[in-house]
Amino acid sequence: MSGIVWALAGAAAAVIFAGMGSAYGVGVAGQAAAGVVTEDPNKFAKVLILQLLPGTQGIYGLLVAFIALSKIGLLGGSPADLSVTTGLLIFAACLPIAVVGLVSARHQGRTSVASIGIVAKKPEQFGKAMLFPAMVETYAILALLISILAINAIPV
Amino acid sequence: MSVLQMQRISICAMKKDRKAILEDLQSLGVLEIDTSAVQDEELMRMDTLESRQAFEKNANAADQALEVLDEYSPEKKSMFASLEGKELIERANYLNVAERRDEILRKTNQIMALKKAIAESKAGIVKLETQKESLTPWLALDVPLNYRGTKRTAVLIGSIGSVLPLEELYQKIAEHVPDLDAVDLQIISVDKDQTCVAVICLKENAAALEEALRTLGFARPSQNVSEVPARQLEKLDAEIAELRQKIARTEDEIRTFADRREELRVFSDYFRIRAQKYEVLSRIPQSGRTFFITGYVPKKKAKGLEDKLEQKYSLSVELEEVSEEEDVPVLLENGKLAGTMEGIVASFGLPGKGEFDPSKVMFFFYIFLFGLMLSDAAYGFIIFLACAIVLKKFPRMAENMQKSIRMFMYCGLSTMVWGILLGGYFGDAINVISRTFFGHEVGLDPVWFAPLDDPMKLLIYSMLFGVIHLYTGLILKGYMCVRDKRYVDLICDVVFWLMMLTGLIMMLLPSELFRSISQMNIVFPAAVNTLAKVLAIGGAVGILLMSGRANKNPLLRIALGAYDLYNVTGWLSDVLSYSRLLALGLATGVIASVINQMGSMLGGGIVGVILFIVVFIIGHVFNLAINVLGAYVHTCRLQYVEFFGKFYEGGGREFNPFKENTKYVDIKEDTRL
Repeated sequence: MSGIVWALAGAAAAVIFAGMGSAYGVGVAGQAAAGVVTEDPNKFAKVLILQLLPGTQGIYGLLVAFIALSKIGLLGGSPADLSVTTGLLIFAACLPIAVVGLVSARHQGRTSVASIGIVAKKPEQFGKAMLFPAMVETYAILALLISILAINAIPV
Repeated sequence: MSVLQMQRISICAMKKDRKAILEDLQSLGVLEIDTSAVQDEELMRMDTLESRQAFEKNANAADQALEVLDEYSPEKKSMFASLEGKELIERANYLNVAERRDEILRKTNQIMALKKAIAESKAGIVKLETQKESLTPWLALDVPLNYRGTKRTAVLIGSIGSVLPLEELYQKIAEHVPDLDAVDLQIISVDKDQTCVAVICLKENAAALEEALRTLGFARPSQNVSEVPARQLEKLDAEIAELRQKIARTEDEIRTFADRREELRVFSDYFRIRAQKYEVLSRIPQSGRTFFITGYVPKKKAKGLEDKLEQKYSLSVELEEVSEEEDVPVLLENGKLAGTMEGIVASFGLPGKGEFDPSKVMFFFYIFLFGLMLSDAAYGFIIFLACAIVLKKFPRMAENMQKSIRMFMYCGLSTMVWGILLGGYFGDAINVISRTFFGHEVGLDPVWFAPLDDPMKLLIYSMLFGVIHLYTGLILKGYMCVRDKRYVDLICDVVFWLMMLTGLIMMLLPSELFRSISQMNIVFPAAVNTLAKVLAIGGAVGILLMSGRANKNPLLRIALGAYDLYNVTGWLSDVLSYSRLLALGLATGVIASVINQMGSMLGGGIVGVILFIVVFIIGHVFNLAINVLGAYVHTCRLQYVEFFGKFYEGGGREFNPFKENTKYVDIKEDTRL
């Protein structure tokens, strides 16, 4: 397999797994949010924010994939001639956000569901409710950071 | 810093002034009533539950009437109606409504009665529709359903609970009543679970025939109507039409009340205010001739309140400082800039006992960090402009909302500054547009540097900002120790930590590890290196020995100290947490350039321009929204977890004054304190 295949597989993995995680997270949070809105439509804005929180991993995945694609020149239409080692390096660099994105978005989604429960019962505690999902996101951000730094540092 | 100081105020006045004084207090809204401490056998408390419930009922009735009006004659509301805030009305207007309350109550009841009439008519229609439905199988019948026959013949009309063809019916009848000769059977209609039949026979055979039919499941129709079904249907239709018309008329009648809306709102608030007054009335202790109010009032308003009351009534007012043990409510005041942070502070928890209000310090860091996370000049400008317009356009917005929007306005400014420093204008839109549509690439160079070219540099800076933020938190803790004269705590919990951390950082900077990460070669003179070691070891030893000082057992004390020393890992993770500044900043920029690139895919030309505009608008609105949310959430997190973790616990009780807590209107005050 030539290097570019590995690099593309990495970019694809970043989008696929992080996106899957976010889809799940936003999905479960959305179900809980819809339940709250049936009871009290005024809480729409608050629960919507909580629902969106697990959505960021998917965006981080997209971001890493985009950096990877532009690194290997696929976006410009003239793909670089990569050695297998370089391709594998890019693949490995994409893994943090792919794996951590998947797992953290799922957990963040469940935390969001619990936080939506807080908002349903005690809307004035919104600030605190928002914090719990944000704590989970930290690890996605750390993974994103390493993925970006790593891809940026790989010489092509 | 700016937690308002409270005083306890005690008012003792004559019962005859009770109503007037309470009304004045309510309209001033500066006093939180707290009479829980007053215990005296002599003093009575009034039971006002009944009148309170009556008032609340009136307020609710008006609310419901307003809902009815909204249903049948909806008001034109702009998208931003929720920003408008409550309407301000003159006190004279309010008193006018109060005077005409009986009349308005009648109107309210009228509206509710009309609504009820509509509901009844609607129920009537449903009933008629059901009747119509049960009549449908019989429409082909040309005699009334309760027709029993002529002089010599009998007619049996009814349904059989299964689907049977005509031959089979004749056959079955013949089986049961073999000697029957004159019978005429007509099938009126067939549907999937019944067959409707009309059977004619001689009167003397009727009983036997009916018996036979019953074995097949024959039943006479439930409705006993002496009209031909088709005609009956027409009648029902006419009745339904009439009811529909009646509903329309009633709806029109309700619409005539639409201009009463204003009145109803004030009316509802009037009773709401009265109910609140009576709630307070039930809590204040009273004797035969006098009554007694005590509670908290902000110190700077206390004198004014005292003067005002003494001028107007003959009463005694006493002001005293609050004692240490009391659970004093917290009210923050920070002016226009730092005041915007109060909402963020309050949602973590108001300053508890002995804590100060962190709003002012937080303000600077919040704006700074938010801007760095978003860091796009165009986005910043959009946020700033949108918030400024909203603030200008809706001056009567609810106070908390106004504060948040003002906060975002400042955040927008900071985002703009960071965007210019780091060179983000809708990501790389300027470069992409000039390259795609004008052939040669131009771009604004970042004033400082582009983060994507040198992410490590921004990462180091992010952590530097983090260290500054965390040090500030620790120093604020020191400030509290100094203020409360806890000098031992100051040395042990703050100075030792500062020594150790500073020492560690100074040891890290010239190391090989730091050089390889940052590509910066920092060389300290030997004296500084020694100083770093002295600071680090001194601090560490201090923490080891002193952290467990509350414990008498020397072994346990050292163990606790060692455990506290372990917190240095907590500091490490706190500092690393600031790497999100870089990550989120990069995310904004990179997604923006993805959008620009997608937009420019079709190249120049008309189609390309149209695609670009569409993608540009949708994409950047999405990116802006998602990243503002991210920046908001993560700035809050850095404040709450990393910064507050160093010195702030919260847990104060919000100041909740006795005031006119309205739902629809604000009443203009003649006097303010």
